[in-house]
Amino acid sequence: MRRLKRIAERMVEGLLTLSGGVTSLAILLIIIFLFKEGLGLFNSPNVEKGYSLCVNSSNEIVRLNPLQIKNIFDYEVSNWQEVGGADEEIMPFRFDEIFSQYSDEELGEDYALLPQRLSEVIAKHPNIIAFLPQKYTPKDEASVKVLPTKNISFADFFGGKEWLPTATPSPLYGLLPLLLGTLWVSIFAILIALPLGLGVAIYLSELATEHAGKFLKPAIELLAGIPSVVYGFFGLVVLVPLVQRSLNLPVGETAFTGSLILAIMALPTIITVAEDAMRNTPRAMREASLALGATHWQTIYKVVVPYASSGISAAVVLGVGRAIGETMAVLMVTGNAAAMPRSLFESVRTIPATIAAELGEAPAGGAHYQSLFLLGCILFVITMMVSISAEVISKRQYSKGV
Amino acid sequence: MKKIILSVSIAACTLLGAQAQKVKGSDTMLPLSQKESESYMKANPSTTITVTGGGSGVGISALLEGTTDIAQASRKIKFDEKQKLQEAGKSVKEIVAAYDALAVVVHPSNKVINLTREQLEGIFTGKIKSWKEVGGDDLKIVPYSRETSSGTYEFFKESVLKNKNYMNGIMSMPATGAIIQSISQTKGAVGYVGLAYLNKDVKAIHVSYDRGKTFAEPSVANAKSQVYPIVRPLYYYYEVKSEKLVKPFMDYVLSDAGQKIVSEVGFITLK
Repeated sequence: MRRLKRIAERMVEGLLTLSGGVTSLAILLIIIFLFKEGLGLFNSPNVEKGYSLCVNSSNEIVRLNPLQIKNIFDYEVSNWQEVGGADEEIMPFRFDEIFSQYSDEELGEDYALLPQRLSEVIAKHPNIIAFLPQKYTPKDEASVKVLPTKNISFADFFGGKEWLPTATPSPLYGLLPLLLGTLWVSIFAILIALPLGLGVAIYLSELATEHAGKFLKPAIELLAGIPSVVYGFFGLVVLVPLVQRSLNLPVGETAFTGSLILAIMALPTIITVAEDAMRNTPRAMREASLALGATHWQTIYKVVVPYASSGISAAVVLGVGRAIGETMAVLMVTGNAAAMPRSLFESVRTIPATIAAELGEAPAGGAHYQSLFLLGCILFVITMMVSISAEVISKRQYSKGV
Repeated sequence: MKKIILSVSIAACTLLGAQAQKVKGSDTMLPLSQKESESYMKANPSTTITVTGGGSGVGISALLEGTTDIAQASRKIKFDEKQKLQEAGKSVKEIVAAYDALAVVVHPSNKVINLTREQLEGIFTGKIKSWKEVGGDDLKIVPYSRETSSGTYEFFKESVLKNKNYMNGIMSMPATGAIIQSISQTKGAVGYVGLAYLNKDVKAIHVSYDRGKTFAEPSVANAKSQVYPIVRPLYYYYEVKSEKLVKPFMDYVLSDAGQKIVSEVGFITLK
């Protein structure tokens, strides 16, 4: 009987170890997958895959960067001089235009004559820049010069200020507007949530009667249980028009609206952690303070709050973590404009919102897909730093001693 | 007891033996495919068709991986997607199932009724910033767009913006419903939605593609007679190899009964 019991215990122990092992392995695999997919972006060409850019061989241009290519095809840059060439007007040419210039017979069966026709067009116009599929790009033609493509560089990604992942010929993957947008919204969310959360935490741990506490605590915990899409919908229908009207803005979907929603969502975390920290203040310290003649309020802000300060900092950091990773609510209320944030009352786009909105339609395995995974890696690194710092901060409390 | 086991196993056998098909892809086409498959299954009880969304890109990559039989897409298959399929030794067949018209919508209080393609291009690329420039009030224009990778976004860019990029930092919403909601509560807003989504909370603009000579109102009749210019095809893609399996369903979609469903869902029929 006893032996049987021991075997059963062993088995349970084994199962527990196994489940722990499986969890760590799963996390490890997810991280490896994330980084493997993400870092693939830097092996993708900076012109859409399978395509190349051709110019007339009389053109002096040797190389164009993605931003220049985008501006040329948007007709923002219209003279070769602006990108280092001769003083001639640029003539952008997209592949589809060939079909309006030549009939199907002239292009031959299975488009066999297409490369030849394309090279005719390029030879005819000295200032052309043509965006063609590699399959039909004229090869070994004296009049055609294929511009070399480079891979997407670290500088393009980490220093880029424009996020246009589906732009053709040259998609732009600029991290900065998204990263700054995320931090911008999160930081303001914490600035709003901190005083409120701290107030509620102080009230709950020091001032609330047992009765009020019994009602308020579950209510706050309930706040954490509401699905974020509900917050998002509430934000879109109630907060957005409210912000727009009360501040007289042209649009209600702003970084500020996102911060408000995130502040509400981060409140439960901040309140619970901060309250726990304050409750942990030893009775002896409080009583000593009161015995010295301090009032209740003086005790709170001279003794309890300083004692709990590291717990409160941990609460803030955890709240930031919650805000940075939040997806759905932010996606619905910030307007998702991928511009560098300049003011609190303009639309911004965050990293999680970008991933959620774009992953569904991005061609699997393509550069756009990989860039979204790379965004995931960055988000992962940020949240990891946040939780490590929360850990470090909350540990300090115990080493300080009483 | 034995009877139950017997009947369950027979049911399982018929289920496995039945022709199961999967349709996956564009969210725009989701209501269409669902309705089509429902009535097709009613007519052919031995077949099962499962329809799921996820986006045009998801559908086509599922076709590549072989996890779906039919991909639904609100945009034409991209060149590199086609190449990938070719590399995997798969050739796909394309079927146009219906057409969808995109309506340009503004806040109901907006005085502007007509816009030309050139004006729309200016608005969405950020060159035209105030409604005053196109005959409206002195109000900032706030253009709304769909997400960068949605088929609707790409089509609007191709047709209206002539492949130029949208202005840097355009507001982009995750779904058509969100666009309607935002436009109905923002005075200077302008955006684009599928014809089926038009309602009284927003006002549809009459569009001209011939530099202002004729302006057409977005409506099913105008889209059908090609008076209204912003119309796009909706596609089904399937592998040539599985043609035998999916052909009956595709034929059904193109049949009169299938096309009737197309107009019920709010899209435009082929004929």
